[in-house]
Amino acid sequence: MSQQSVADDTVSLTVNGEERELPAGSSVADLLRAHQLDPRMVVVEHNREILRDRDSYPRVTLRGGDVVEIVHFVGGG
Amino acid sequence: MTTAALPMNDVPFEIAGREFRSRLMVGTGKYRSNEEMLAAIEASGAEVVTVAVRRVDLNRANDEGMLHHLDPEQYFLLANTAGCYSADEAVRYARLARAAGFNEWIKLEVIGDEETLLPDVAGLLEATKLLADEGFKVMAYTNDDLITALRLEEAGAVAVMPLASPIGSGLGLLNPHAIRTIKRRLSVPVIVDAGVGCATDACAAMEQGVDGILMNTGIAAASNPVRMARAMKLAVEAGRASFLSGRMPRRETAMPSSPLEGMLD
Repeated sequence: MSQQSVADDTVSLTVNGEERELPAGSSVADLLRAHQLDPRMVVVEHNREILRDRDSYPRVTLRGGDVVEIVHFVGGG
Repeated sequence: MTTAALPMNDVPFEIAGREFRSRLMVGTGKYRSNEEMLAAIEASGAEVVTVAVRRVDLNRANDEGMLHHLDPEQYFLLANTAGCYSADEAVRYARLARAAGFNEWIKLEVIGDEETLLPDVAGLLEATKLLADEGFKVMAYTNDDLITALRLEEAGAVAVMPLASPIGSGLGLLNPHAIRTIKRRLSVPVIVDAGVGCATDACAAMEQGVDGILMNTGIAAASNPVRMARAMKLAVEAGRASFLSGRMPRRETAMPSSPLEGMLD
């Protein structure tokens, strides 16, 4: 997919290893909402920095090229 | 059916100043269903349950997270760093786990080999130091080597977790002497982690004097996990009571239990 196909009003970033398009100006809170994720159930790492304060999610704006990891607890030993 | 909460004259099971109500800790992986997992954990009587940190699958319905099933008020969630092959990776996972907001404890695994899942001792020591310095309470999964166990204690681990046998193998307690030696020489609690396949193994491990056992596959992969969970609970209690009771001396020859006197002519 060429960069030209990406409209100006969207940004392209990597979320959990996959390329995603988001409306420009989207926050971490917007990203979670788009995937119906409850912020209390996940932990977000933004460009290798863990966002410890969940209240900060609406204030963290995502930009083109950002790398986001959204993790949670799964079964394990 | 009643079992005493603690075998007579036992001391409380404490790690880093926190008391836990069961010496059996269980994992949450590999169950056929969440219902079965919950029933098995309940039957095990465990308070500490381990969880792993993984990416949310953005393409699937979000019903797979453990927090949708396990009540953090009821269980002590102990996150692991399973699947990490370097100190840096394990530290990253530990920090993510802590950011979930439940506690600062971590079951630290730094794996060195895919086939055996044996620990990378150098990486494990490095990660233990880093995390202990950051205020983590590190419970370090390790092999049954005394010197490594001693170094982990020096590095700040609050508990050392030697394996009975490789993770998921169910081969049981392969080196009782090594486990006994580690327990004898360490000041921090020693929790046997991995390799327990059946109740005999759990009992035998506790009889070495260790403080507790962590298991997952031994319960989850049984044909009837809920029944096995109960067997493991009883075995851990039995093994602990057996250890505290002090076993009889071994003899190479027989000694009759019944009187030699009073036999008929």
